[in-house]
Amino acid sequence: MTTTERAPVTGIVSPVRLDYTYAASAEESRFLRGLAEGKIRGQRCPKCEKVYVPPRGACPVDGVPTRDEVELPDRGIVTTFCIVNVPFLGQRIAPPYVSAYVLLDGADIPFLHLVLGCEASEVRMGMRVEAAWKPREDWTTSMENIDHFRPTGEPDAAYESYAAHL
Amino acid sequence: MRDVAVVGFAQRQMREFDGSPTMVELLVPIIGELYDKTGWTKADIGFWCSGSSDYLAGRSFSFVSAVDAIGTLPPVNESHVEMDAAWALYEAWVKIQTGEVDTALVYGFGKSSAGLLRRILALQLDPYVLTPLWPDTVSIAAMQARLGLEKGLWDEKALAEVVVRNRAAGRDNPHAIVSGDVSVADLLAEPLFADPLHKHDCAPVTDGAAAIVLAADDRARAVVDRPAWITGFQHRTDAQALGVRDLTRSPATAAAGAAAGTRGVDCAELHAPFSHQELILGRELGLDESVTVNPSGGALCGNPMFSAGLIRIGEAATRVMAGASDKALAHATSGPALQQNLVCVMEGRN
Repeated sequence: MTTTERAPVTGIVSPVRLDYTYAASAEESRFLRGLAEGKIRGQRCPKCEKVYVPPRGACPVDGVPTRDEVELPDRGIVTTFCIVNVPFLGQRIAPPYVSAYVLLDGADIPFLHLVLGCEASEVRMGMRVEAAWKPREDWTTSMENIDHFRPTGEPDAAYESYAAHL
Repeated sequence: MRDVAVVGFAQRQMREFDGSPTMVELLVPIIGELYDKTGWTKADIGFWCSGSSDYLAGRSFSFVSAVDAIGTLPPVNESHVEMDAAWALYEAWVKIQTGEVDTALVYGFGKSSAGLLRRILALQLDPYVLTPLWPDTVSIAAMQARLGLEKGLWDEKALAEVVVRNRAAGRDNPHAIVSGDVSVADLLAEPLFADPLHKHDCAPVTDGAAAIVLAADDRARAVVDRPAWITGFQHRTDAQALGVRDLTRSPATAAAGAAAGTRGVDCAELHAPFSHQELILGRELGLDESVTVNPSGGALCGNPMFSAGLIRIGEAATRVMAGASDKALAHATSGPALQQNLVCVMEGRN
């Protein structure tokens, strides 16, 4: 059989492996150390006074460093969310479950976390949630110290109260 | 064509940046420094363009995080290239030429120390037949140096002389991370790193960031007495495959230089991350001994990925603005073994 009669090569496997040492910024370091003590630390922009959590080095609105530290409560609301129905490699929770943007009371930017403790179909925009922390002896300098957020049962926040944070 | 000039330049270089790969905390003071130098605010910048790489940062869309350093309300006109920021400067120059904007701020950044740089750069090669072999940057450069040695284009002493001159020049550059007085004999006694290259023949792994302000016509004249007017700005590329070109030549550099018009330059900042590459570039650009090459110490004294080419332009422009040069050439390179090359020629007019 000649080369031309063979099946064409339609793909090759070419593994890529690269190792990186990730350094947290000074702001991220303070945030992560706070988590190890069960505290959630944000930072306020000196210009527009928005509170960012996690703090990010510069206010994305004004481009100035955010230096004033603000300790935030571990409760807030779901601004928006999605129900994860698709299984994927490394998934830790059986679908369906909810990934949500959680806006802590006093913060101006939401962050992504899990919402558990109720049926996925019950999660809604404006729902009040609180952090479910892992046992204290398991705390490290990690966002994973908060296992998930769970409903508090309080009345939902009005849409107007978080419309600017979507 | 509109008259466009470099009117501001700021940079930071270091062996290891102790911060996040987004480098926001490094870009904020650099941009602040340029506001101070120009007297401008964010509202004066018509266009923003950056050069960086997700492969270096080890995360996707890292350049979007860096935009935090600008502040984007009201929204800004912004773009990015996954190349050295010298090419971002080219994009900004074209943008100003279109007449859409009169000013631009261009920045480049990279944390080379986060991973193993020479291995990360293997990913810029052909993904089917070259990258699976993981030929790293230093090894490819060593092959290039070997070919020149075999052809008699240079010898080990000539390579060491390049290092001696750059390191001596680097003493006057506060941003150089390597500099000092060394002798050819001492350098040749050092152990080989990637035969025939010694470690000193290779640019040090460098973290850093840099930014340049461009302005057209009267906007430029209002900022500095002697803007570095861009009279030629060209870039060319050679074949990516290493086996199809003579690695001891750089036709792309020669073509970019000829198109940009390098006649009469008194100063040249060449982006040569390896000593022998400075000899290749000098030959292709036809630089004679009257031209001061790399008064900053060049990439051998500090080579922050994705800004080292932009820094060459900034260093050359700084000399023009200061009156130390009437016509200067800056060169930037990207890709394996001098694959892509850019030449920017600037003139001072009183």
